[in-house]
Amino acid sequence: MFKYIVKRIVLGIVTIWAVATLTFFLMNMVPGGPFLSEKAISPQATAALEAKYGLDKPMSQRYFTYMTDALKGDFGDSLKQRGRTVTSIITSRFPVSARLGGSCVLVSMILGIPLGCIAALKRGKFADSLISVVATCGIAVPSFVICTVLMYFLGVKLAILPTIGLDSIKHYIMPVAALSFYPTAYIMRLMRSSMLDVLGQDYMRTARAKGLAGGVILFKHALRNAILPVITYVGPMLAYTITGSFVVEKIFVIPGLGGEFIKAINGRDYTMIMGTTIFLATLVIIMNVFVDIAYKIVDPRIKLK
Amino acid sequence: MAEYLVDIKNERLSFFTPAGEVKALNDVSIHLKEGEVLGIVGESGSGKSVTAYSLMGLTAHPGKLLGGNLNFNGHQIENMTEKEMRKIRGNEISIIFQDPMTSLNPVYTVGNQIMEVIRLHTDKTKQEAKERAKELLELVGINEPEKRLKQYPHELSGGMRQRVMIAIALACEPKLLIADEPTTALDVTIQAQILELMMELKEKLGMAIIMITHDLGVVASMCERIAVMYAGKIIEYGTADDIFYHPKHQYTKGLIRSIPRLDTKEHERLIPIEGTPVDMLNPPKGCPFAPRCDEAMKICLREMPPVTEFGEVHYTQCWLNQKEEMEKGASHE
Amino acid sequence: MKENALSFQLKLKPEDFIPATEEEKQSQVIMRESVSFWKDGMRRLRKNKVAMVSLVVIILVMIFSFIVPMFYPYSYKEQIKGANNLGPMEYSAGEQERIDAGEKVFPHIFGTDKMGRDYAIRVMMGSRISLLVGLIATGIILIIGSIYGSVAAFFGGWVDLIMMRIVDIIYTIPDILLIVLLKFALDDPLTRLATVPGFSWINVVGSNLISIFLVFALLYWVGMARMVRSQILTLKESEYVTAARALGVGNGRIIKKHLLTNCIGTLIVTTTLQIPSSIFTESFLSFLGMGVAVPLPSLGSLASDAINGMGTYPHLLFIPAILISLIILSFNLFGDGLRDAFDPKLKN
Repeated sequence: MFKYIVKRIVLGIVTIWAVATLTFFLMNMVPGGPFLSEKAISPQATAALEAKYGLDKPMSQRYFTYMTDALKGDFGDSLKQRGRTVTSIITSRFPVSARLGGSCVLVSMILGIPLGCIAALKRGKFADSLISVVATCGIAVPSFVICTVLMYFLGVKLAILPTIGLDSIKHYIMPVAALSFYPTAYIMRLMRSSMLDVLGQDYMRTARAKGLAGGVILFKHALRNAILPVITYVGPMLAYTITGSFVVEKIFVIPGLGGEFIKAINGRDYTMIMGTTIFLATLVIIMNVFVDIAYKIVDPRIKLK
Repeated sequence: MAEYLVDIKNERLSFFTPAGEVKALNDVSIHLKEGEVLGIVGESGSGKSVTAYSLMGLTAHPGKLLGGNLNFNGHQIENMTEKEMRKIRGNEISIIFQDPMTSLNPVYTVGNQIMEVIRLHTDKTKQEAKERAKELLELVGINEPEKRLKQYPHELSGGMRQRVMIAIALACEPKLLIADEPTTALDVTIQAQILELMMELKEKLGMAIIMITHDLGVVASMCERIAVMYAGKIIEYGTADDIFYHPKHQYTKGLIRSIPRLDTKEHERLIPIEGTPVDMLNPPKGCPFAPRCDEAMKICLREMPPVTEFGEVHYTQCWLNQKEEMEKGASHE
Repeated sequence: MKENALSFQLKLKPEDFIPATEEEKQSQVIMRESVSFWKDGMRRLRKNKVAMVSLVVIILVMIFSFIVPMFYPYSYKEQIKGANNLGPMEYSAGEQERIDAGEKVFPHIFGTDKMGRDYAIRVMMGSRISLLVGLIATGIILIIGSIYGSVAAFFGGWVDLIMMRIVDIIYTIPDILLIVLLKFALDDPLTRLATVPGFSWINVVGSNLISIFLVFALLYWVGMARMVRSQILTLKESEYVTAARALGVGNGRIIKKHLLTNCIGTLIVTTTLQIPSSIFTESFLSFLGMGVAVPLPSLGSLASDAINGMGTYPHLLFIPAILISLIILSFNLFGDGLRDAFDPKLKN
């Protein structure tokens, strides 16, 4: 176990390094720069700004400076939001996205897992058809459509829910609903198919032959086996949702990390792009390790190597 | 009524598949006394497993019991609710399945799975259940039971897992043990060990066994009574001697001819049964075996033969036997 | 005896006990016609009403987006003077005059947008773009993903390790970042390439659309590659591959003959389900303003443009939104139907 974790950490660091390097060079090789789009700045001023942030130096030199600083935990200042460090921007924006994303993951698991189970147990019956139709619609309707439809009816027409910001519980309802739609539907489908698979297994027949009650069979014998694919899905999904959804943040005007990232990309805020990318990559890798460990706990057959 | 432990009369059971009704069991009658061993022999799809499962109330969807009486140890199985059935399963009737590799839940320890059934049907404490589980593992010949209890199924070999399955089945000392091809998925050497173990345990515990198999060798060594099934019907029923030394039905004769023997003369070939099993969706009108039967007569293709009795136990369903009996009766007159 | 009584009831005649001929016996055997895997699957697919309805919807949408625009009297670029922000079936003042003068004017079924362009033709063009992106991108993903995945799985060992690491890295980089960077990076070379004789078609298609394809080609094949890899890893262990190897069959032939043909069913299903996912991504990108370039519409960009006027002109938002959901839904349902019909595991 310990050996495995060390191995995963080393592999993770290599992956993060590769991602950072790739991003750095790709970003810098693309034509354009952080200060080109700003109007009313003379060439001299641009040059001065570039000199200040070290952008006049050759790419390889900047790469090494950045990497050594990053290793020390210094991700530099934002190029566009003057006077703020990348770390401070991320730490102020991330909690907003994390709260939103976290509630979304929670909602989708609380709804998705039981509904998927019900559909599998009632296979071919009305409940199954209903859940399957809802689930298929859920993965077919893009989140921006759900956002706008919710906003139009609940926010504009009926005006029962606030449409902008994240100040109160009420503010959470629409964004969380919009954001949870797809993962809920996906988990339902995943859960249904893996549950159906498990229900057909021989050991389920053994459980029935033992004289166990339906509830014990379902919760003890079936669920633990059927939940495995859901774990695989939820781990990385958690990483992606807590770092913010661009669409939902754009529509509901939520000051989260997702919108910040898009802004940074469009404005070529190099340091900000690098910081956010490394942050996201780290989260994804950590989540994958958690998934592997959770897998090992649930399924003793898995060997961590 | 206490004469038989198991008394199935005229059981009819169908599977209602999207492609049509499959009559899996057609007028099947079986009876078995306490401590007896019955072998049910037949090719796949002949209905041998379905008979046994229906006795446990484990008929798989979309199967439906259409008629008949299923009596077990004073219980009318066909009238029992699922809840009442659960008290019997694993307690009075147990079953061992064909494939030990997939019949144990991979995510729980062996101990957990044995103790589960003990604690369900008895009011033993956790500690007592554990002691009993250890006892059971010893009983089925597993060494280091203490250690095995903590292991997961994937850490055991196939033969070992089948022993665990037997331990689970015997946990509550059932009156009837159903063994659904218990050795098919095992190596030949392990097969013999498992069969030996089952016979030994039967002597010790005195339960009745229904042995489902397509292997005539297995039934020959173990069973007192044998039912030969074909296309959802029992076409011949008798003691082991009746079936092996005086087979009457053409199908049974064919089966016995197809067993390799040591005493056959040189260059003598095994005689296979020609043709393919019946398509259960479109069964023939008359005797289901008629199209493959060398001696088939016109009547065989038209009508299902009635039962011909040869003694107290031995009977067949075959027009040939019927004809012989009628001729015998005629000559007597 | 009771049995005999029964048989006498049947009124047995001596001729009943004449041996039956071989033909008579065979006539009793009603063999189910043996059906091949494909035939059986197609039969099940045809029986699946949901899948068939979805297929009809897909075909209708295809006609609607590829054939109807050829006969449509308006063009997606054409700005009709004075016809801004018309509601469905409304006419502009100028058109009304012409109608009054006895001329026939084709109605604006879905109205017009704020620049006076007929919305129906824009929606048609939009779904054409969305479908094109979905189909072509999926084709690219299928080719790259299946080759990459099968090579990794087949050679195993170090090759597999390194190839899968690369997949992990691509998976980890935020796709939105790569999309934007690639778009900027490709813009310049593509524009230059368009001036080269023989490449002028790039201008017609638009460099943005090509960027999107390239982005899909570079990014989204990883899922497909993983799927094919795991499929082949399982097949690789099967006896018939060992048998082929023992007969001295070459690697290329084993991949082509044995491995790919055996996972073709799964491949078809995954591909069908990849189409809606590609359309989904394209609409999402267009919605964020990173998709196709103006004036070319896509369903995502149409919806995005309509958001600001949502309160006043909700139909401009709902028409493309519903259409995109419908397209994705029907591809998904059809894909599910295919899976149910062809997945041997689900057969019963």
